[in-house]
Amino acid sequence: MTAVQGSTSTTRPESRQMLRHFLGLMGKSVFTALVLAFFVIPVLWLVFAPFDAHPGLNVKLPEFTFNNFKVLLDNPTAIASLGNSLILALGSMVVVLVLGSLASYSLSRVKIPGRDLLLYTLLLLSSIITGTAAMVPTFLLMVKLGLIDSQFGVILVLSGGILPTVIFILKDFMDSTPKSYEESARLYGAKPLRILWDVVIPLARPGLATIAVWAVVQVWGNFLVPYILLRSPSKSPAAVVMYTFYTEGGQPNLALISAFSLLFSIPVVAMYFFVNRRYGFRFHGGIKS
Amino acid sequence: MPAPAAGTGPSRAVVDDGDVAGLGKARAMAFLAPALLLISLFLVFPALWTLYLGLTNYRLSGSAAKNPQFVGVDNYINALSDDRFFNSLGLTLLFVFGSAVIGQSALGFAIAWTMTRVRKSVRAVVEFFVLLAWIIPSSVTTFLWYAMLDRSNGTLNAMLSTGNTAWLLDYPLQSIIVFNTWVGTAFSMLLFSSALASVPPSQLESARMVGAGAWAQFRDVVFPHIRGHVLTNTLLITLWTFNTFTPYLLTAGGPDDRSNILPIFIYRLALNDGALGQGSAISLIMIIINLVIATVYLRLLKERKS
Repeated sequence: MTAVQGSTSTTRPESRQMLRHFLGLMGKSVFTALVLAFFVIPVLWLVFAPFDAHPGLNVKLPEFTFNNFKVLLDNPTAIASLGNSLILALGSMVVVLVLGSLASYSLSRVKIPGRDLLLYTLLLLSSIITGTAAMVPTFLLMVKLGLIDSQFGVILVLSGGILPTVIFILKDFMDSTPKSYEESARLYGAKPLRILWDVVIPLARPGLATIAVWAVVQVWGNFLVPYILLRSPSKSPAAVVMYTFYTEGGQPNLALISAFSLLFSIPVVAMYFFVNRRYGFRFHGGIKS
Repeated sequence: MPAPAAGTGPSRAVVDDGDVAGLGKARAMAFLAPALLLISLFLVFPALWTLYLGLTNYRLSGSAAKNPQFVGVDNYINALSDDRFFNSLGLTLLFVFGSAVIGQSALGFAIAWTMTRVRKSVRAVVEFFVLLAWIIPSSVTTFLWYAMLDRSNGTLNAMLSTGNTAWLLDYPLQSIIVFNTWVGTAFSMLLFSSALASVPPSQLESARMVGAGAWAQFRDVVFPHIRGHVLTNTLLITLWTFNTFTPYLLTAGGPDDRSNILPIFIYRLALNDGALGQGSAISLIMIIINLVIATVYLRLLKERKS
């Protein structure tokens, strides 16, 4: 440091620039290191603990074993909960894909009166009526409909919540698919539903894939909705069941939780990076977990 | 191929209104109806019902569950004279300001800015881990932080040699602010990365030529280009942070309500204590705040489009 400063006084401009460059490099490296530490250290537990013979709450290099996954496989509640997450995620995905493509296709091709207002309202609604803000009436509604403790009910609520965003994004995709194919299909006498299924859906496949993945990611990790609407542990998804894994001593069962967390996280992380690599990140109104 | 059907023959086809498949208004409405029905039932109706429920003394159990009474604006008066409500509102403001406006936005920008001037491989690694925090399901991330912050075995105490500090009990609000920053920074980082990519390098080059320092470059060249993104980003993450329920899994609002942000307050009041009417009144206040933020956002979006 002193050497650099000493030379500053002799030959000014070059050394000053060098000093600035040096400080910039230092700052950049220190900041990058701190950012990495902040984001990496908490995740290390998820990497090491599942393979540790004696997992603790602290991050440490594991005494390698696969035993925690055996503990997981021997726990029927844990396995069933992953299945439940899959049911909720795929169920909602199918609902929003079917209803969303029908709706966005008709909005894209036909000028229904008030279409722009409708789209605007949908987007507004989905961003202000969130799961948290509407949990009380949603809960009561499901009580009245007799859909408490029903996975079907959870699928309906979750689908209703993400459908506006789905329609909004899919309409963009439908708008950008070429229309000439539909025209010729129509000249050959194909009915609208058939055109949608055989012509439009294949063309809009990248959009549909993005939406499908997005819907799965949204539902897979959702905690609040199943937490308030489901009662039986046997129907609850992984996000909720994870918080019931305690040992007889009342301590969190770390062997089970660590292996379970890893298995629960891998599918969404994999899907996310797959879609990103394939289609790139896109920014749309409400996309976020 | 079958011959063209009689009704939809080419003679009626060519009206250039974009309706290339001959859907027609009636059928378009039919296509639209199922989606709108689901949205009305599970999104619009609950919101409207909140209006009514907030005016009753509806409870989860007991006599008020069977015959709820209309109590007018009592719930709102109760809320506005309740210290717990104002405590919760204050905590929520601190939480949103600390973790969204300062935490995610500033950190996200700083990362995006720094990553424009490091090697590609470094950039990829940093972005991967920041994104990972965002993608991992919230039940898992809360457990990771529960482990980090644990009193006797937590990694944080071991790293900082802070003995047996019980972070979640002694600093509950600070803990959930740091947690939420950790989870959500990815969005701001991505948004600002793409914003910074749109700053023309030639302008930065000429600024550097005339000897502008880093700060001057930022203020005069970069900021004017990303001003819109700063606003968009702030509004969106404010809205999301305001509505997040995840901190419940870390502190459950405690200890002594010290991290009792509005979503958790509503949950405990309405679904734990059973005061559905009172909870609805506060939900409505929340929806109105959401409405204000979202309206400003959508207006900005529209302005930029036109």
